[in-house]
Amino acid sequence: MTNTTQYLIKQKPFYQPQGNEIALYEAAYAARLPVMVKGPTGCGKSRFVEYMAWKLGKPLVTVACNEDMTASDLVGRYLLDANGTRWLDGPLTTAARIGAICYLDEIVEARQDTTVVIHPLTDHRRTLPLDKKGELIEAHPDFQLVISYNPGYQSLMKDLKQSTKQRFTGFEFDYPSAELEAGIVAEETGVERALAAKLIKIAHTARNLKGHGLDEGISTRLLVYAATLIGRGVAPHDACRMALARPITDDADIRATLDHAIDAVFA
Amino acid sequence: MQPRIQTYWHELDCGFQPVAEVFEECALAALAALDPTRFTAYLDAACILGKLGRGPEPMLAFLEGWPQVAAVIKDDPLPPVMDFIRAMQKSPNGPAIAPFLQTLPAVARCQPTLALLQDYLDIARDLMTRTTGSVHGLQQTIASPGLPEFFTQVPQLLDLLSLEGLRRWTEYGIRNHGNHPERQVEYFRLAAADSRAVMQRERHGTLFHDVERRLDLYLRALWSEQEILVPYSTAFDAIRQPVPYDDKQGMRVPDVIDDSNGISGLDRYRAILAHMAGHRRWSTPLIADNWSPFQRMAVEFFEDARIDLLLMREYPGLRRVFLALHPRPEEDACDPETTSTLRFRLAMISRAILDPGHGYRDPALNETVARFHALLAAGPASTAALAELALAYVARTRRQSDQFAKIHFADTVVSYRDDNRQLWRFIEQGDEEEAFDEPRQSQRAAEPAGLPPRHYPEWDYQTQTYRPDWVSLYEALHPAGEPLKIDRLLAKHAALAKRLKRLLDLLKPQDKVRIRYQEEGAELDLDIALRALIDFKSGAQPDPRINMSHQTAGRDIAVLLLLDLSESLNEKTPAGDQSILELSQEAVSLLAWAIDRLGDPLAIAGFHSDTRHQVRYQHIKGFSESWNDEVKARLAAMEAGWSTRMGAALRHAGHYLGARQADKKLLLVLTDGRPSDVDVSDERALSEDARRAVRELAQQDVVPYCISLDPQADEYVADIFGRRYSVIDNIQRLPEKLSELFIALTK
Repeated sequence: MTNTTQYLIKQKPFYQPQGNEIALYEAAYAARLPVMVKGPTGCGKSRFVEYMAWKLGKPLVTVACNEDMTASDLVGRYLLDANGTRWLDGPLTTAARIGAICYLDEIVEARQDTTVVIHPLTDHRRTLPLDKKGELIEAHPDFQLVISYNPGYQSLMKDLKQSTKQRFTGFEFDYPSAELEAGIVAEETGVERALAAKLIKIAHTARNLKGHGLDEGISTRLLVYAATLIGRGVAPHDACRMALARPITDDADIRATLDHAIDAVFA
Repeated sequence: MQPRIQTYWHELDCGFQPVAEVFEECALAALAALDPTRFTAYLDAACILGKLGRGPEPMLAFLEGWPQVAAVIKDDPLPPVMDFIRAMQKSPNGPAIAPFLQTLPAVARCQPTLALLQDYLDIARDLMTRTTGSVHGLQQTIASPGLPEFFTQVPQLLDLLSLEGLRRWTEYGIRNHGNHPERQVEYFRLAAADSRAVMQRERHGTLFHDVERRLDLYLRALWSEQEILVPYSTAFDAIRQPVPYDDKQGMRVPDVIDDSNGISGLDRYRAILAHMAGHRRWSTPLIADNWSPFQRMAVEFFEDARIDLLLMREYPGLRRVFLALHPRPEEDACDPETTSTLRFRLAMISRAILDPGHGYRDPALNETVARFHALLAAGPASTAALAELALAYVARTRRQSDQFAKIHFADTVVSYRDDNRQLWRFIEQGDEEEAFDEPRQSQRAAEPAGLPPRHYPEWDYQTQTYRPDWVSLYEALHPAGEPLKIDRLLAKHAALAKRLKRLLDLLKPQDKVRIRYQEEGAELDLDIALRALIDFKSGAQPDPRINMSHQTAGRDIAVLLLLDLSESLNEKTPAGDQSILELSQEAVSLLAWAIDRLGDPLAIAGFHSDTRHQVRYQHIKGFSESWNDEVKARLAAMEAGWSTRMGAALRHAGHYLGARQADKKLLLVLTDGRPSDVDVSDERALSEDARRAVRELAQQDVVPYCISLDPQADEYVADIFGRRYSVIDNIQRLPEKLSELFIALTK
């Protein structure tokens, strides 16, 4: 039997609410409605789900989706051992058995035929057929499915099917307001609020360039990295170049613009 | 005349009246600048110039200009200069001596050492020898047309270009206009478009063109402004230098900026944009009618200072840039009794506002600065509040001398500020009741129907540079004919079409492909796994490749078929019954039909050229057009004429293909000969240009492929297209060959 406790969140994660999303999520969970969380990268989607799992006291099974992921990576597969074959549950099956919140991160990265396997779990049936094994799993009463995706970078090829989308309730996340975001950076890293405000100013310059050579602006996560570096004694110019400008672009012009913005903010 | 000068005058032995009039003055200046031996040499040289038989101008120019030259260049520059003059006198270029001497002082100021001057003389000599013509090839008899113009323009050029830049600019002129006297004159007079374009390319400083994208990103990122940036030229208006300005059509910035005071050209551009963005954010227009020009100037200075201060609050890093660029007027630099100092006082106060360490002592100034900071302490304040402060300051420090015509300008121009035209609203347009002179409508020549021309550069293999905007390409819809003709052609090739169809069916994409025998894969391949298990149990070595995975295999190819429609297509094939044009028509119809069946996006275009001023690019089928009657009609009307300037057509086709979203982009070129045009005598030039264009295409991920109908094509086509070409010797078989080729290429 799977060890349920390993999926429990032990420590309270820091989460700064932007609105009434916590109450809404609790309501959705009470009805066991599947939830979809949308928003640009690094704006706190995963943190939110983690926080809610902690608050509800439920185990959380996280799956990072990728292009090569197939249905059997989610559901489970036969493996060979000395006596023949042996069935191994996939993460989705595990979550359905133990009554965890199953969080499929960046679901659009997975191939479309893969995402279809979650359908029976997300409507009134709440079952998961394992056709290879010939078993039909009834989902545990506590089981809930959460997916996240980032509508920003999806190309024509990467989109959720309507039939998948329409099985979920949705939350739309965005980068918090400058005030809140400064609070988050300060809280996470212990830097001063004034410094955090400056970092956020740089982030806003990059977010203005979204769609003009940048696919995504500087995320809250990167700001936290930058603030962490500064907190450890790195000079602000260097920390920002390293954590904010270099990771997000290979375009020389954009890099020069961001570098200039850093110089302009940290005189 | 002084007696001493009188002696010199006799030594000069000159009868020109205009020289006599100015000699005394010149001699005095020369005596001051030259030591006695060099003065004697000066007189001797002047004497020689007087006896050249070219009138008084060379002598006059020399007498007047030489002291200035000698004052700048310490080593004696006379021998090389006289050498060069003798060379000109010997050649038919004697008339150019006067312009040469006239602009020599200005040149010396830009090139203040003997070595640099020598370089300049070498450039001029090179130009002279290479553009002086001869009739019979023995003696040089025709003067260089461009040389006098070159000397006239050279001070302006050296102001903008380095010597190396001047050399390249001259080289370009000699190379491209060496055989055309009128164009050569235009080029060296800076009247030709390419002459200006090449000059622009060679300028020193940061070119707007090079940093345009960065500036655009800067404006967007830091100021959330989206505005078109329009460069204005700074090269041709030396007296009234334009300043940056902001109007409805966009933000106007200079086309080139030099580094200044440790601030790079790029940062200076950024400072200009930041200042304009600041005006847009914080300034509100004022009614100008009731204020005098002086009052308006004061308001502008105060408002500009406010904007700069707010900008520095927003981005503290700008302080370094602004302080380095803002002039720092010295407090006692001018006399308020004789000069109008209002402008100067305002520049001082603007500096004092930005720079806390200004150190000015004037109490009125310091008090105003304090009031200014008090106003801005609470927030951004407003333009109107600042105007009040500015007017109070002007009233308080008013002087009689403010009205004087002599104005102190030094250190009062702030280079990154715009002209503030957006700050003022005028209620009355002017005093005139009516405009009598209606703007005349100029009669313009009728432009050719279709789209405006696009200009493409052309590669000059001899200098290894691009000729900017060299070729004008006109794109138009191909005229339509009778679509039935194409249907008949297709019916004629029905048997071939059937065979092609079978081939095509094999090519059709099958979306999912199973890949078996994999050690790591998505799923267990049970058959193989069981076999491996049996092997394992019976003690044999099991096959570890027991997994399988799936792969999607789609076709994503965009094809553009570019047809050479030059005159040679009208020739008959060796068999004699059909022209190459008709055969190409059949081949293209068949190919278009085949690709349509296959579902790949296909575009067809034809091109031909009549000199570089007219390259025609004719649209026959677009990517999104289906294979319908309209397309067939255009194909049916195909006609051949003129020549093959391939480079521009390749570039234009590449620009369309480059914009497509596809995994593979294929540019098929169907041609029957080497690139050529009537205005190019060098056989290699256009081939080299085409080769260059092919390389550019490769950089855009476009794969060019040439299908040549010229049996002798092997000589040159590989040079242009590398290995991507096929030569079809038997033209009769073109229709089937073309389609087969395409299928083979994309399989």
